[in-house]
Amino acid sequence: MLMSTIEAQIAPTAKAAKPTPVTHDYVNVAGVDKIYPSKKGEKVYALRDVNLKIRKGEFLSILGPSGCGKSTLLKCIAGLETISGGSLLVRGQPVIEPPPKMGVVFQRDLLLDWRTVLDNILIAAEFLRLDPQSYRERALQLLEKFDLGAFAGRFPWQLSGGQRQRVSICRALLVDPDLLLMDEPFGALDAMTRDELNFELQRTWLETGKTVVFITHSITEAVYLGDRVVVMSRNPGRIAHTLDIDLGRPRGLDIRETPKFGAYTAEIRAIFAGLGIFKGV
Amino acid sequence: MSAVVNYFLRRKSFIAMLVLTALVWHFSVKAFEIRSFLLPSPAAIINEFFAYPKFYLMESLYTLWTTFAGFLAAVVVGVVCGVGIVYSKFLEETVYTFLVGLNSVPKVALAPLFVIWMGTGAESKIAIGMMIAVFPILIATVMGLKSIDPEMLNMARAAHASKIDTLWKVRMPNALPNILSGMKVAVSFALVGAIVGEFVAGDTGLGHVILVAQGAFDTPRVFVSLILLGVLGTVLFAVIELLEKILVSWHVSQRGGDGAAQPIVHI
Repeated sequence: MLMSTIEAQIAPTAKAAKPTPVTHDYVNVAGVDKIYPSKKGEKVYALRDVNLKIRKGEFLSILGPSGCGKSTLLKCIAGLETISGGSLLVRGQPVIEPPPKMGVVFQRDLLLDWRTVLDNILIAAEFLRLDPQSYRERALQLLEKFDLGAFAGRFPWQLSGGQRQRVSICRALLVDPDLLLMDEPFGALDAMTRDELNFELQRTWLETGKTVVFITHSITEAVYLGDRVVVMSRNPGRIAHTLDIDLGRPRGLDIRETPKFGAYTAEIRAIFAGLGIFKGV
Repeated sequence: MSAVVNYFLRRKSFIAMLVLTALVWHFSVKAFEIRSFLLPSPAAIINEFFAYPKFYLMESLYTLWTTFAGFLAAVVVGVVCGVGIVYSKFLEETVYTFLVGLNSVPKVALAPLFVIWMGTGAESKIAIGMMIAVFPILIATVMGLKSIDPEMLNMARAAHASKIDTLWKVRMPNALPNILSGMKVAVSFALVGAIVGEFVAGDTGLGHVILVAQGAFDTPRVFVSLILLGVLGTVLFAVIELLEKILVSWHVSQRGGDGAAQPIVHI
């Protein structure tokens, strides 16, 4: 009798101590600061009071000039950089190390020169101690999907820049992550290859429904791909504006010629001009 | 057969040079009546070798094995210490500093010490060879492991790679071209170590043969030993080059065709 009374008293408390949020955002960035010490000992804010909620399954473009901290923000979400203040949750869990079920595509392809294209993709499974053999089939399918079927046995240095970046996207997709973080992945490519990869990326996203965070410095790319565009400004790095892009899917490349698309890009240009980032507008 | 012919055809300028040098040497010795103990003619050297082929083979093999054992020990110690130094600040401050200090001492001067510690057998020669050869490998390993692109490490970390996997699958292969360059230097150093060991003490090996022949003014014997040492060194170097071709065929220095493999000036 006594025991059960005690239990009855303890049990609800124990339950209450365990936070069970009713709904949480997929990624929740709340008041995040990232401070680097400068040479003079002052604090340099790479990010200051950044607030951002990312919904599950959305395609979020983060747009900003160089030095606005957009890559730093992505690295913080990826668990590659620690935050100096605020809170950063991915799927309700604070980020202290790279969160599970996440893939990152970097600005450079970062392929390993000593591995073939296929083995470069399979390394994602090897790192997770998954059996690479069982992922072979999936890797080959991915390559096929990205028009690289004939290149599985080649080495990275035998490929063009666009092909290399496709391989690195395949690597990030191999273990089927829910969250795909992309840090200016097409920044170093020529305009035509970039268009092509933009379209392929949209198609892949529509097929898989992953949550994508896409960093870019191209206004057109940000609007073309994003459900939402987050505009960042620099010194200190912070979010200046968030814009919903209400264009149907799938978007053909020619959507960029429509007045509605033009209105979005003009609006973003005006925001940058207001921030003093574009002087010529 | 045709492969052998092809090899000699590709090396024709080198072979022509070699034959020419031998001829000039031979006729100079004859014309100026230089005495054999000062400078034997190529013919005398060849005769000396074919008079005792088995003797020279055995002595060469002994030197080869002590060199190789010393080199192998240097590779193991050098790479292991290199990894330790890159991963541990403590080891960098202690072991690395100590080894740099050790490297500044003329290591040949340490040879007698090893003979005192290990006797006149193969062990002391292997140890001396190891001590001389370890440094280029260590430097190359540290350099190679440190020259990894930090973004590459981020890539591995974002893909949830363990520390061991990052070392074995990313950092080590990236360092391999450097390590092999270090090994190329080290293999010749190991040979120096073995010969020094044989000079200081012992009763076998080409170094010992040279020492004894010098005492007897048997100059043709000294020359045969020197040529054999040259051949040994070249063969060991070629083995490492072959290893390089196999292991790092992906590296820009080995690909051939475009870029780095092209000669800078055509002469």
